[in-house]
Amino acid sequence: MNETQLYLNDVHKSFDGFKAIDGLSLAIARGELRAVVGPNGAGKTTMLDIVTGKTRPDSGRVVWGADTDLTRLDEADCARLGIGRKFQKPTVFETLSVEDNVMLALAGDRGIVAGLRHRRTARQSARIGEVLDIVGLGAERGRLAGALSHGQKQWLEIGMLLAQEPQLLLVDEPAAGMTDHETMRTAELLRTVAGAHSVLVIEHDMDFVRALDCKVTVLNRGSVLAEGSLDHVSANPEVIEVYLGR
Amino acid sequence: MVRKGLIDRRTGLFLVVLFAVIVLIPLGNLLLAPGTAGHVPGYLLPLLGKYLCFALLAVSLDLVWGYAGILSLGHGAFFALGGYAMGMHLMREIGDRGVYANPVLPDFMVFLSYEKLPWYWHGFDMFWFACLMVLFVPGLLAFVFGWFAFRSRVTGVYLSIITQALTYALMLAFYRNEMGLGGNNGLTDFRDVLGFSLSDDSTRIALFVLSGLALAFGIILGRFITGSKFGMVLVGVRDAESRTRFLGYRVEHYKLFVFTVSAMLAGLAGALYVPQVGIINPGEFSPANSIEIVIWVALGGRCTLVGAALGALIVAAAKSWLTANFPEAWLFVLGAAFVLVTIFLPRGVIGLLDGLKPGGRHRHALPQAAPEPAE
Ligand SMILES: Nc1ncnc2c1ncn2[C@@H]1O[C@H](COP(=O)(O)OP(=O)(O)O)[C@@H](O)[C@H]1O
Ligand SMILES: [Mg+2]
Repeated sequence: MNETQLYLNDVHKSFDGFKAIDGLSLAIARGELRAVVGPNGAGKTTMLDIVTGKTRPDSGRVVWGADTDLTRLDEADCARLGIGRKFQKPTVFETLSVEDNVMLALAGDRGIVAGLRHRRTARQSARIGEVLDIVGLGAERGRLAGALSHGQKQWLEIGMLLAQEPQLLLVDEPAAGMTDHETMRTAELLRTVAGAHSVLVIEHDMDFVRALDCKVTVLNRGSVLAEGSLDHVSANPEVIEVYLGR
Repeated sequence: MVRKGLIDRRTGLFLVVLFAVIVLIPLGNLLLAPGTAGHVPGYLLPLLGKYLCFALLAVSLDLVWGYAGILSLGHGAFFALGGYAMGMHLMREIGDRGVYANPVLPDFMVFLSYEKLPWYWHGFDMFWFACLMVLFVPGLLAFVFGWFAFRSRVTGVYLSIITQALTYALMLAFYRNEMGLGGNNGLTDFRDVLGFSLSDDSTRIALFVLSGLALAFGIILGRFITGSKFGMVLVGVRDAESRTRFLGYRVEHYKLFVFTVSAMLAGLAGALYVPQVGIINPGEFSPANSIEIVIWVALGGRCTLVGAALGALIVAAAKSWLTANFPEAWLFVLGAAFVLVTIFLPRGVIGLLDGLKPGGRHRHALPQAAPEPAE
């Protein structure tokens, strides 16, 4: 059995009495690709907030690797541990160039002194070029990120995630705003990335999830409703009721 | 080590003009006889020097507002603290030449029947110590304030409001005689600095030139900071703060650093201002002063450094002229200019100048619309 990269056990989080996460348990193995689906408001984004240090759970354990407790860490700590996140709404630095967006994401020292002394090396430039080629933005290198189309921003953010070289990639609804063709390319890309990295993808689009061809977790009302292959979970009557058969 | 692109064309042009000014103005005072064209009368020197101090103050605000999105409405406080630190030295330098001829106690303390110098006045008889305090006191206040504010993630309007409250509270405190800093009247009646009389033209020239050099230093330092990867992170914080956090940057450290540096620059501006205007009083802490700095920066062009400096120079000069000729019109003109620039020149005067040149748009420029918070 593979080592566990991320482990959530009986996590609870409520907002003003509303139980957004309610007894959620989940384990992601190192190098695994996992899709998380679930109706709107199921708590998918909140789960990512908890894993990335943005939201502190009321109770439960969130463990990274062997024994690192993520509930005590903030966003920057979690990112430095190797957790990268793509937001549901594409979020890039609009007034910086595409290239500089990737540069800020590149793995490396995040300190102030390093920031003041930083000089771009040839290797970094090459790496930026590589990343941009992977996400198909090679030709947009010098453009302002704010001038990109919605889909291109999605790609840029995915590129930034790759540049970060995290051990775990959390990807929240990447296909939103993408054409069918782009959606399939994203699925392909995430499949290539998995193996060397763990990847957790949240998505609504069933074709996309099918293309990912991986284990699927169905979330509903803040906890896991079913887990298994896509065919397995889609055959589950409860899942059909709350989600697929809407 | 000079980084490539440290001085862009716009900044270069500004610095060249600035250097020309700090050479030509003194020459106009020293070489041309009074009455001839181009002669700069001595009384103008401190006035022009004051404008340069304001320009440096504007640059310091642009550093935090333009680049990091921290709209400080209390930057006047750092300026005033730097001014008070210098004022305390100038008071001590008066020595026994005061009205009461007390060799140690400034006049106002004798008048208020102080027995001895309050502890925090010690050391200010030494010029180097005062210079240190000019940077240290505003820097420390900014650091402590920023430490709490940025760690608790106070941003936006809330942050602006508490910076405003900060300067207001300081104003009230400094008005009190018990503060031991001259109360209402502040510190004044200065005689000389380092033995040079403040009313000599040569001293005035030196202070004017120093103010110009300090402005140049502030702009170059600002360019160094904002042109680095650090500066890019700041812009990232301004545009999408949470994105920066999730990339692993400690946003609060970045903000704290730039806020503290900015406060120290503001303190430096205040320290050069005080010997030229000859007084520092609690009015410098007034919230309106801090808001005026914001107007300078917005008018000149936020996120450009030289635009901020230009804005301060334009407004300060206009203010001198208008308050002399149409005193009641000044506030209306300032308000109208602010509104008009905000509507028609969102990039300020510098944006207008840039617009005249092809390809004039600059890196890091502000977004057209206000950035939405990222989620
Ligand atoms: N910070 C918050 N404050 C209050 N309610 C929240 C907060 N974050 C999420 N919620 C609520 O928790 C529920 C789950 O939201 P979310 O995790 O965004 O769902 P999903 O991503 O699965 O669509 C929603 O009903 C949402 O309104
Ligand atoms: Mg969501």
